[in-house]
Amino acid sequence: MMKKKLPQFQTFLSLNSLLTFIFTASGIGATIFAQSQPNPSTKDWAMSPGIIGTLILILIVALVAIMILVVRISAYLESLKKRSILRKKIEFSEELIGLDEAGIDNILEKRKAALNYRLAGSELGSEQQATDNKGIIAKVTHDPHNPMVDEKKKSPLNLETPEPLKTLVIWYLGAAVFWLVFGTLVGQYVGMKFVWPEMDSVSWLSFGRLRPVHTNTVFWGWASMAMIGLGYFVVARTSNTTIHSYKWGWTAWVLINLSVVVGNLFLMNGLNNGGGEYREYIWPVALLFALGLIYTFLNFYKTIANRCISEIYISNWYLLGGLIWTITLATIGYLPNFQNGLGETVIQGYYMHQGVGMWFMTYTLGLVYYYLPSSLNKPIYSYSLGVLAFWTQMFFYTLIGTHHFVFSPLPWWLQTIAIVFSAGMFIPVVAGSTNFYMTMRGSWNEISKSYILPFFLVGVVFYFVGSTQGSFQAFRFTNYVWHFTDFNVAHSHMTMYGIITFFLWACIYAILPKITGKEPRQLAVGVHFWLAFVGLFAYMISLMAGGTLKGLNWIEGDPFINSVILMQPFWLWRAIGGSLMFLSHLVFAYNFYVMIKKESSSTVSPTNELQPVNA
Amino acid sequence: MFNFHQDHKKLVLTSFIVFAGLSTLIAVMPAYHMQETKPLPAMQGLTEQEKNGLHIYVQENCVACHTQQVRNIEMDNTWGERPSMPSDYYFSKKRLDVWRQSPSLLGSERTGPDLTNIAKRQPGKEWHLMHFYNPRIVVEESIMPGYPWLFEEKNEKEVAETDVVVPIPAQLLKDQHNKVVATQNVLDLIAYLQSLKQAPLPGNGAPEFIPSAKKKEITTASTPADVTVTATATGPDGAKIYMNTCAACHQRDGKGLAGAFPSLAGSTIVNDNNHETQIKIILQGYDARAEYGVMTGFADQLNDEEITAVANHERTNWGNKGSVITAEEVKKIRESLKKLSQ
Repeated sequence: MMKKKLPQFQTFLSLNSLLTFIFTASGIGATIFAQSQPNPSTKDWAMSPGIIGTLILILIVALVAIMILVVRISAYLESLKKRSILRKKIEFSEELIGLDEAGIDNILEKRKAALNYRLAGSELGSEQQATDNKGIIAKVTHDPHNPMVDEKKKSPLNLETPEPLKTLVIWYLGAAVFWLVFGTLVGQYVGMKFVWPEMDSVSWLSFGRLRPVHTNTVFWGWASMAMIGLGYFVVARTSNTTIHSYKWGWTAWVLINLSVVVGNLFLMNGLNNGGGEYREYIWPVALLFALGLIYTFLNFYKTIANRCISEIYISNWYLLGGLIWTITLATIGYLPNFQNGLGETVIQGYYMHQGVGMWFMTYTLGLVYYYLPSSLNKPIYSYSLGVLAFWTQMFFYTLIGTHHFVFSPLPWWLQTIAIVFSAGMFIPVVAGSTNFYMTMRGSWNEISKSYILPFFLVGVVFYFVGSTQGSFQAFRFTNYVWHFTDFNVAHSHMTMYGIITFFLWACIYAILPKITGKEPRQLAVGVHFWLAFVGLFAYMISLMAGGTLKGLNWIEGDPFINSVILMQPFWLWRAIGGSLMFLSHLVFAYNFYVMIKKESSSTVSPTNELQPVNA
Repeated sequence: MFNFHQDHKKLVLTSFIVFAGLSTLIAVMPAYHMQETKPLPAMQGLTEQEKNGLHIYVQENCVACHTQQVRNIEMDNTWGERPSMPSDYYFSKKRLDVWRQSPSLLGSERTGPDLTNIAKRQPGKEWHLMHFYNPRIVVEESIMPGYPWLFEEKNEKEVAETDVVVPIPAQLLKDQHNKVVATQNVLDLIAYLQSLKQAPLPGNGAPEFIPSAKKKEITTASTPADVTVTATATGPDGAKIYMNTCAACHQRDGKGLAGAFPSLAGSTIVNDNNHETQIKIILQGYDARAEYGVMTGFADQLNDEEITAVANHERTNWGNKGSVITAEEVKKIRESLKKLSQ
């Protein structure tokens, strides 16, 4: 079976055939029409718009990665070139020294006439020592720390941040970092179980129980804590005021951490809410989390109400919207009145989709609307596009939950609405990513000079790619091939990791040095970035390829166990990608530690560094 | 009027009301509507034992890898005779208790097989017991976790008469003198699995699968000659049916498992030139030998052509050299059995 399919797959992957697909008559228009027929032939599976679209999108990511790499390499080559010119000059002067006296005399004679004319020697300057009276030069060196890559810009001077706000943000981020390391350790372990199912036989560590521990920890522990922490800074800063109540901030911190700790213990002990994804915590635990959100919402709302400027900055729209929507969502998700029978399934589709869309996506976009322009030191490209994206996000995202249950016994009309509005998601996604792209435009050279921007760039690219790919995946044909396969897992990592996590890292690296005054080691940030990025790519591609083959295998009607055997190499590659991602989190945790540790000598102090350099 | 840029109250209130309204329309109301579903007449509620089994199913989060939905597309025909309907979930998807809601049985990942019809596909308790203890005893390539905590390891002398002893290969045990005994929990879990089969629909009102494109080509073929050609070309594939229905117990290599499922390779019944016994066993099942698990019949699941294909697959593989049987023979024996039971 595998032998039969693989060559087909390889041909299909080749760029050539891809281009042919794009230019064939069956363009997007024709193929969108085609997916209204619910019984496609699998012979032409590679021609399906969803699959072609996804491939093109992945290609975009690969191109961006190559672009970043090329920028970096060209900067390095440039420095090599300069060095070789210098070397040639030195060689030349050594050659001169090596000449015999007669030769020198000869040359000097020739030049004598030319050299007769002399300047006074003070036309272009004076004999005074160079001084930097205004403190413009921060550092002069002929001996960089790391000759391999461009030295990155230092973070500008500290932002004045009230001490309690600083502490609050650091503690939120600290908890988030802990949950990231713990949650992905669990994820890595669970991923390895696909390759070695007999790693342990302890009930608390079995696959079924640990899988939700991984997802819930990274959702409610890592991402949510980091988001709220970063949000506190945005709300105070853009409202030009102080936080309404630090106490509420701390209460929410305790509540949310408590819910993750207790919830995970329950899950490992076998107490879960019924297995619906992302609402595995039973209601008392979820209530702790919801209370945390309510405290946060009220705190943000009151702070924004007290703002010292008339306009509400666009970030705050997203933060307040994300919070109020998620509180509503959690309430609907856990109310028992309409959840028997397939009522639960309708709510499950709605809940798991909105959990991602209304909470993580909406809120994180709000953070990006502040942290991206502020790290580029320029305004956001278009305020109105941000507003358009906000309302369309609310409208389209809300309606598409059932696309997780295409072909299920749920009403056909519900499935159709979900598919149609999934395509509608192009509007907020294009609006958002255009806005970020246009903001970054003209500052591309900053990428090689900043350790923050590559994270933003990857986030923006994945925002477009991951979301658009998700829309494609909702189509009926792509559901034939991909639904129930490992492709879903690839998609969720593309979005929750590629978009959310990369954006959060960008924001953390952007803000922490400014409020603590301590920067991470640039090499370590680079290692973090590349390990995470390469790891994610390996993870994604292996599960996407494997998931596609698995789906085709099912359509073919092969015995089920063959699809398990077929996946083995892909699961191994997934585990390898996952390991790289996990390693990058350890590096990130170290960087975090460097940024917050109390006594440090890495602070930028202009007086120490400004020493005359004798060239 | 709608100055959202400056009026935080209006901004928050509007986004809340619109979102809550949309949510009601797209989620809450359809959910209420789905609750009005009634069970099919042939369906029965879960017994106490099956209910406890469902609780274990949720506790171990089987939902993470196993779906329970036959989608209305032909590729899902493997998992059930008809697409799943809202009524199918009437008894199983009810609130579990004060703490836990209705279980998410439909699932979103099919890392393992769909379980909608598992009671029909795998009726044997012995198979399930071994499989739960360690799936790789019966399915070598399986990546499902074992659940040894649903079993007890007891010294031979302590085994009571009422205990259900599982024939686990000795090398998997801590102590050679120990026996593995099933706990009530795993027995309940198996009882739950054995309740999972699609209830028949009254009358002919069964919803149909959206056919695959392949089938459609056959029906639209212009000349009768074409039809016969395609029909023979797509005749039942014995190897495939064997893998789907038989290999779980008798194994891929036909060698079975000592102490649980008999070997087909070299079996006198399979190699016998009198085909009757083999056909009868496939149709009716078999429980004549105490040292092996009970086999159920496949008369309802496989048609004559499929039984012929699978029987011939057994007769011509793994060194077997039995004579080939025809669908006519199967038909004859099926009819005589029918008469007998009347």
